[in-house]
Amino acid sequence: MTLLSIDNLSKSFGGLMAVNEVSFDVEAGSIVGLIGPNGAGKTTVFNLITGNYQPNTGTALFDGQNLVGLPTHTIVERGIARTFQTIRLFQNMSVLENVLAGGHCRMHAGALAAMLRTPTQRREEQESLRLAMAELEFVGLSNEWQNKAKNLSYGNQRLLEIARALASKPKLIVLDEPAGGMNDQETQDLIRLIRCIQDRGITVLLIEHDMGLVMRVCSSLVVLEHGAKIASGTPAEIQANPRVIEAYLGVDSE
Amino acid sequence: MKPSTLIYAAFALAMPFCPIFLNAYWTDVFNNVGLYAILALSLNVILGHAGLFHMGHAAFYAIGAYTTAIINTSYGIPVLWTMPLAGILAGIFALIVARPIIHLRGDYLLIVTIGIVEIVRIALINNVFDITGGANGIFGISRPTIFGYRISKPDQFFYLIWGFAAISIFLLLRLEHSRFGRALMYIKEDEVAAGGSGINVAQHKLTAFVIGAVWAGMCGTIYASKMTIIAPESFSFAESVILFTIVILGGSGSIPGVILGAFLLVGLPEVFRGLAEYRMLVFGAAMVLMMIFRNQGLLPPGPKNYDITSLLPAGGRK
Amino acid sequence: MEEFFQQLTNGLAVGGIYALIALGYTMVYGVMKLINFAHGDLFTIGAYLGLTLLVSMGLFDKIGPLPAVILLAVMVMILVAIIGAMLERVAYRPLRQSPRLSAVVSALGASIFFQNAIMAIYSPKFLVYPHDILPKSAVNILGLDIPIMRIILFMSSVVLMAALYFFIQKTKIGTAIRAAAIDQGAAKLMGINVDRVIMLVFCIGPALGGAAGLMVGLYYGQINFNMGWMFGLKAFTAAILGGIGNIPGAMVGGLLLGVIEALGAAYISIAWKDAIAFCVLILILIVRPTGLLGERVAEKV
Repeated sequence: MTLLSIDNLSKSFGGLMAVNEVSFDVEAGSIVGLIGPNGAGKTTVFNLITGNYQPNTGTALFDGQNLVGLPTHTIVERGIARTFQTIRLFQNMSVLENVLAGGHCRMHAGALAAMLRTPTQRREEQESLRLAMAELEFVGLSNEWQNKAKNLSYGNQRLLEIARALASKPKLIVLDEPAGGMNDQETQDLIRLIRCIQDRGITVLLIEHDMGLVMRVCSSLVVLEHGAKIASGTPAEIQANPRVIEAYLGVDSE
Repeated sequence: MKPSTLIYAAFALAMPFCPIFLNAYWTDVFNNVGLYAILALSLNVILGHAGLFHMGHAAFYAIGAYTTAIINTSYGIPVLWTMPLAGILAGIFALIVARPIIHLRGDYLLIVTIGIVEIVRIALINNVFDITGGANGIFGISRPTIFGYRISKPDQFFYLIWGFAAISIFLLLRLEHSRFGRALMYIKEDEVAAGGSGINVAQHKLTAFVIGAVWAGMCGTIYASKMTIIAPESFSFAESVILFTIVILGGSGSIPGVILGAFLLVGLPEVFRGLAEYRMLVFGAAMVLMMIFRNQGLLPPGPKNYDITSLLPAGGRK
Repeated sequence: MEEFFQQLTNGLAVGGIYALIALGYTMVYGVMKLINFAHGDLFTIGAYLGLTLLVSMGLFDKIGPLPAVILLAVMVMILVAIIGAMLERVAYRPLRQSPRLSAVVSALGASIFFQNAIMAIYSPKFLVYPHDILPKSAVNILGLDIPIMRIILFMSSVVLMAALYFFIQKTKIGTAIRAAAIDQGAAKLMGINVDRVIMLVFCIGPALGGAAGLMVGLYYGQINFNMGWMFGLKAFTAAILGGIGNIPGAMVGGLLLGVIEALGAAYISIAWKDAIAFCVLILILIVRPTGLLGERVAEKV
């Protein structure tokens, strides 16, 4: 079953075509990698899916419904959570509070309920704390819950972003360079974590430069170059694709 | 118990006895402090928690005060009965004016809110709809009555104002420690990340504006009945600046900080009344020094408590 | 039609003053991303210093009106520039690394300080410029009687703006200022002394503001300790109207605001004059949040 279907998506900034008629599908339960050289438009594709940018043309169907034109928070509500390439945590807030942010869209109590502290509101708060701690436990940060986000190591900050995304109970999690800035050990742990996410029934779409990680963890890959899709397939197919090798290594054309 | 908790408890216990020890003049000073404290607390929701540079809070205050004044003087409805309407109208006004500007970046929002408070003041001076009494304002507003008990002396107002302040503090503390309060803080920290985490940024900002405005509007009711006469000059940009400064100097986003700020900015100048001419001069210089040496304010918000001991895994207890 | 052109020229004259003040806001914002709330008060200081120098030195009797005004303007500009530089050094430089709100509050504090200092030194009352020193006559241009002061006022602001524009666009220091406005870090790496650039901006902006203060004193004849507030707010509105941080934008915004306000006061209602300026501002910001000439910047994710 196709969970996310990107069709003919294009985005230009001024005269620059950042994403040019890109189409690909993400099967439910799979781990899909979006790869390509720097500046290929990978993060732009992510930003189009998550509603941070609006595409010029094309559609993104998620669970059969078009995401284009929806605001970011609605897309999270629909079930797509993301992490950011440049870590965007709430730096001055505690680790726990960061994860609670993810749970926000699954809660309902408004300002009035908070002031009156209704029984439903209190139950909901308690439940969201429980879920947040469970997600911290899942990524292995539960000991850090009181710490400020900015005091975490770089690798742990990436994990915290994943925990925050998971707390929104997504169907699809979109990871933008999750291994960026991680050492080898942390990357190994991350691979295990991504598989655990998949085991929970969550589909994963990720951008990553660490080819070792991509080849080991992804079930299929999409390759972008200069904003256009140049190949897609299993990791083995991609590794053998001459067009991809050319894009990555460059070919002396003169 | 933390020492700060003890200090707050002592403060709460001592406040009700103040009028016994204060003369009428100083009781009135405390009443002003109380009014500014409530107003600043309502601004704190917008500026302190949501981080919106809002410098036109006096506009909402004015809407509330004028609502009460007009309804009371024209229809003779007791002032306290007009309080909900004053709040609601201020809230509706906030909703209408804030909606189109809610997406503006910090500095732009700042100047637009200054513009709004100026437009409101000019509208009041120009006797808009023929009901605001022009530059002279409205006089003859009645005193509030509670269960037939008429409030007119400073020490009576003291209990009305600080009673309202206590209720406000109680409710706003709850608001701060909730899903809604956290959402505002996420927005203040990083709007993009907040949106990306599933928070409806525009809607929460608007709600913050409306809550702040409702509270300011209700404050307007008390102010109108305390003064019995209101005029446009009471709701100028300068008032907004004082409120803004109370929040920032006291500690943006911190309820105890804001109350301390109200005492310092409204109460302290009274202490130096003899030096009236240089008072504001020193005040301006103090603002500059404060920002240089302690820009987070006097009592910045501390980390929030979450009761999760029951949730911690056995090994993770600290 | 006569009325229309009278208001138009009046609007341009006042708009020129707005533009001069707006330049100070916009240059500081361009380089430091700070709203210098005390800028309006530097304008007031210019008006007061102008009056003091005018009365104490008796220049008009000694060297005649035109050289006197020019000399006066130069002296006021230098003095206000020095105050501006001191303001930067004391109230803003320590806050470079702080959150932006801190600098805004510091600026508000400085503004309150200046207003009260002026009040303490001079008086809270209106002060009057000697009113017989400048020509009151009008010249006839295309059948329109235009007060000569209005023309002098407009020409002076145009000359000052042209000088600034040349300085910013054609000189090496001007290039450094523009570079620092685009990217302070990169400018630093290219060997530009950003501290000096900021200091310079805090001399040029207040100098222009001070000159505007003097012009207002001469034009309207009376000054007040808090006059900088309304003028400052309008000028800041003008800066945003044109796109804050944008120097030609401030000039266009100032002139435009002056004209809109004059026409609005004449054809809508004089009582709502100040509100008109703000309504225009709000409308523009809703339709085009970065001002008329400001660049649209996409939020980086």
